[in-house]
Amino acid sequence: MRSARHKLVLVVMTGALWGCAGMSGGPGMSAKTAEGIPLGKTAAHPVQPLPDKPRFGTPVSEADLAAWNIDIRTSDGQGLPAGRGSVAEGRSIYAAQCVACHGAEAKGGPLYPGAMVGGIGSMTKAPRILTPGSMYPYAPILFDYIRRTMPMDKPQTLSANEVYALSAYLLNLNGLVPASAVMDAEALRRVQMPNKDGFIVDDRPDSKAVRCMTNCK
Amino acid sequence: MSKSSSRRNFLRKTAALTGGALAAGGTARAAPLQIAPTTQEMGRPIEATAYGMPSKYEQHVRRRRTDVFVNRQNWSDWSMTPLQHQPGIITPNGLIFERHHGGTPDIDPRTHRLAIHGLVKQPLVFTMEDLARYPSVSRFHFHECSGNGLTDWLKPMSATVQQTHGLLSGVMWTGVPASTLLEEAGIDPRGKWVLFEGADGSAHARSVPMEKVLDDTLIVYAMNGEALRPENGYPVRVVIPGWEGNVSVKWLRRIKVGDQPWYLRSETARYTDPMPEGKWRKFSMVMECKSVITTPSGGQKLGKPGFHEVRGLAWSGAGKVRAVDVSFDGGKNWREAVLEEPIMDKCLTRFKIGWNWDGGPAVLMSRAVDSTGYVQPTVQDLQKTRAIVGFVQHHNAVQPWAVNQNGEVRNAIGQA
Repeated sequence: MRSARHKLVLVVMTGALWGCAGMSGGPGMSAKTAEGIPLGKTAAHPVQPLPDKPRFGTPVSEADLAAWNIDIRTSDGQGLPAGRGSVAEGRSIYAAQCVACHGAEAKGGPLYPGAMVGGIGSMTKAPRILTPGSMYPYAPILFDYIRRTMPMDKPQTLSANEVYALSAYLLNLNGLVPASAVMDAEALRRVQMPNKDGFIVDDRPDSKAVRCMTNCK
Repeated sequence: MSKSSSRRNFLRKTAALTGGALAAGGTARAAPLQIAPTTQEMGRPIEATAYGMPSKYEQHVRRRRTDVFVNRQNWSDWSMTPLQHQPGIITPNGLIFERHHGGTPDIDPRTHRLAIHGLVKQPLVFTMEDLARYPSVSRFHFHECSGNGLTDWLKPMSATVQQTHGLLSGVMWTGVPASTLLEEAGIDPRGKWVLFEGADGSAHARSVPMEKVLDDTLIVYAMNGEALRPENGYPVRVVIPGWEGNVSVKWLRRIKVGDQPWYLRSETARYTDPMPEGKWRKFSMVMECKSVITTPSGGQKLGKPGFHEVRGLAWSGAGKVRAVDVSFDGGKNWREAVLEEPIMDKCLTRFKIGWNWDGGPAVLMSRAVDSTGYVQPTVQDLQKTRAIVGFVQHHNAVQPWAVNQNGEVRNAIGQA
């Protein structure tokens, strides 16, 4: 156990050194992750040296964390639970739990005027119409977000079957799955979203302002 | 004479004399000083227990929701810091801006738990008492919403600096380095990303690269010398210095280590930047160097021509503020302002510069430079590379304030 901890500290320190090596260079944020995401890294922060690090956490099993373990890795659906739901089931759940805020057929309602349908093909137009159909790169985002946050006055109360059904219904309204569709973990991760390739990694700094002092324009 | 009538007399005399002095011009002699009633009476006694509040004469200094983009519900909404009334680099706890996605929960610290799991050797659970026992650190950082300035881009929509820049606060945070807790759980070598998740009704969550988490991320339980306020994450939250505010997840209940980002709605459909050719910039999390003049600023009025100290705030998510320049002629000529110590990493920095207003129209703007050499751009600079549509994120452009010959100050974003 002790030697494992020492190894870990070494890994962490090596990582910090790599980060510093990437700090030289021009204006902006030159230290980046392997994916190219700027970190804004500056100097190392001193940590209080301790002969033996305190350990106050209590071990817990993944099984005992299950009720909290609700995240879905949406790019491949990792974490999607068992269960299934159809477009038709989603339509009736929507009518009972969602329509009051989001409006008929997800076209927008009194509290949330923004539509959750349409906009596919609008990304190169003005305005861009942002809906789950037009914007989400991966369909499992629907499952993660609906289960996590909806309905707003009773979040995290829908069953997995209900969340699959609502995901199916919203995908169908957006023309991305047929009216006969049934969503489960495998079906949801297979849905191809039109904005899948619409994202680029942060490439800032993207301005070249200069520090002109007199007669600047 | 009763207390209230003596106060009325005092106010009347003072008003009359002040008016006379003003009418006589700048060289008039000050009126004879009157004895104020507060010096001839007992003040309020010390209460047995109390939480002190600002003077009753400071009731106008308040957080406000935006008056430009009006939400029809106020659970997923925001309120803004009155920067025009903030003389220092620290925002008082009652004035720190808010952004929630499902309202403010009231969490009992005795029952709250923080879990760490995923790609770790041993999943762990912490109580608030556990967290308080670790060696603590306090650091000063700015905190800014990615959407600060979202309503004011190509044309002025907001009147005051509270509305244009008030999704910004300065805080001293106290807590435990996230690395301390993660090392205790034992990070699997495959662990490259960390999910932070809240215990509120939105269960707001974000993916953060492990490098940043091990660099300077804190798990905090206190702000500005007291426990976190409920609206700022009580009893425990993440603080990710220099990055957009929403990655610093409030009401933290769960930390999960993974080998890839999660690509949640909050990092795809939201908090991404519209770019040309229909693209969206993702994981744009550093808040780049920015500054704004807070005095004088929109909605204020300059009294008389002559000396005015122009004051403001500057900050950078990539380091320290190195310099701030101020222009009084809409960006043609600039003078370097004085920076006020302390100047700290990823922290608000005060700048100030004397100005003799000649009584004519002027356009004031500030431009910050950070320790990487990055120079704060103008809206016109940013327009060259970004597609300015919809919700604007990461808007760090120079803010112009136009002054007219009456001394009235108005927002001139996109105009100057």
